[in-house]
Amino acid sequence: MTDVLRRVGMTLGLPIVLFAAWWFASAGSTDFFFPPLSRILDSLVEEWFGPRLAADVLPSLLRLTAGYLVAAVGSVALGVLIGTSRTVRGLLEPVLEFFRAIPPPVLVPIFMLIFGIGDGMKIIVIAFGCMWPILLNTVEGVRAVDSVLSDTARTYGITGAARLRRLVLPSASPQIFAGLRQGLSVAIILMVISELFAAENGLGFAVVQAQRSFAIAETWAGVLMLGLLGFLLALLFRVVENRQLAWYHGLRRAQRSS
Amino acid sequence: MLDVRGIKKVYEGKGRTVEAVRDLTFSVDQGELVCIVGPSGSGKTTLLKIMSGLLSPTEGEVLIEGKKVDGPPPGMAVVFQEYGRSLFPWMTVRENVELPLKQKKLPADRRRQLIDDSLAAVGLAEAHTAYPWQLSGGMQQRVAIARAVAYEPQVLLMDEPFAAVDAQTRADLEDLIRDLWHKFRVTTLFVTHDIDEAVYLGQRVLILSSSPTVVRQDLAIDLPDARDQLTTRSSPRFAELRAQVYSQIHRPKEESATAGASRPLAAGPSGGPA
Repeated sequence: MTDVLRRVGMTLGLPIVLFAAWWFASAGSTDFFFPPLSRILDSLVEEWFGPRLAADVLPSLLRLTAGYLVAAVGSVALGVLIGTSRTVRGLLEPVLEFFRAIPPPVLVPIFMLIFGIGDGMKIIVIAFGCMWPILLNTVEGVRAVDSVLSDTARTYGITGAARLRRLVLPSASPQIFAGLRQGLSVAIILMVISELFAAENGLGFAVVQAQRSFAIAETWAGVLMLGLLGFLLALLFRVVENRQLAWYHGLRRAQRSS
Repeated sequence: MLDVRGIKKVYEGKGRTVEAVRDLTFSVDQGELVCIVGPSGSGKTTLLKIMSGLLSPTEGEVLIEGKKVDGPPPGMAVVFQEYGRSLFPWMTVRENVELPLKQKKLPADRRRQLIDDSLAAVGLAEAHTAYPWQLSGGMQQRVAIARAVAYEPQVLLMDEPFAAVDAQTRADLEDLIRDLWHKFRVTTLFVTHDIDEAVYLGQRVLILSSSPTVVRQDLAIDLPDARDQLTTRSSPRFAELRAQVYSQIHRPKEESATAGASRPLAAGPSGGPA
């Protein structure tokens, strides 16, 4: 019992301290650019959890989901191909290194020319940016399949699609998940950036809009909203990962204790 | 049943070639339990990989019931030394045993029966839902053996399966192998570097030389069929056989070249005593 209390205290301690510090430091603030936290929170509840939830947060989330899913499926498929075939790897690696080196935000103007300014362009920006960590981690994971396990599968006639499903993907899944986690934070960043240039809705758009019309409390609240969103998505990701990789964490614990 | 004919394996490296296996010829009859013993580095694993179709020989061929092996043959199961790396850690014990059976497209009730029987036979009837890494090393190797037995192979190959477990567990597992062999009568090849283990388990012991490998002697083990760790290992005949294997393995290379090998060593393209 005291153990649980201690852990809850450890987890929530610093957030509570920071929140309280901000609250009291800003309480009597008359500075236009640093409104009291109470006003920011009012705006968060009224605006962001009010009309803006459907008008801005939801479209952003939909684009994020679409871009992230496209990147995840495409990168894992491509990563398996590159990781399995030496020829494909030799052919693609230099090109991939080049594309990976381009900071995705700089591609927004180009993508706008090619794909217009609609949802499609934003989804492509998100997908293009977050595919790299997923792709590279998948390649590494696929290449690292244990040789004894691979021989075992071969002797039992587990080849082709069965090998992919029963051996390669599960064996690479810890690395794939590491890539997906990195990819998720990149995707959130690009979701906002893609909405800064040309957009009619979305979180990034709304924050810039609020700032330009000097709705300072709302601007702050938008930043809080983004932080909250990122935090919740990371939490959700952790839940899924812990379920899928329960065997891996168990295996690691067993190896450490022996 | 299993014919190994003139197997030779040369590994080609950068600017140097290593002759791991020089010339191996032997055959194993249906239902036999044969041990292959040789010093470490004697190409035992190479031989096993060639027999299981994981590696192709430079010369010679392996036949199973007259059919040439190229690629892993369908009626063969292999138990590897590294039990920790041969079980799928993302699958439970039961799923591990079931996977090859699914691949064989056996119906569900037949699979269930084979899994239950084989896990019971290795003494793991209670461990179906555990993950391999939750089990001790000896138990993990039992799972690998159960998976091989459930597969109903014509030939069972074992590559030093007990080299990494402690002595007590090892004795238990040796008796398990004898039991399973009596029960299922699977043609079994058991590779080991342990002379006592080879003599205790086998009906026949094939003694290999150090690399480049040839067969030193094909020794019939005339111990009674019912064996146990205490009486068998302390019998005078066991000691004699053990001594015979020991002396063969430790016989100097030059002597074996004149006495044992069918081909003179000097005719070999590489290696040989300087």
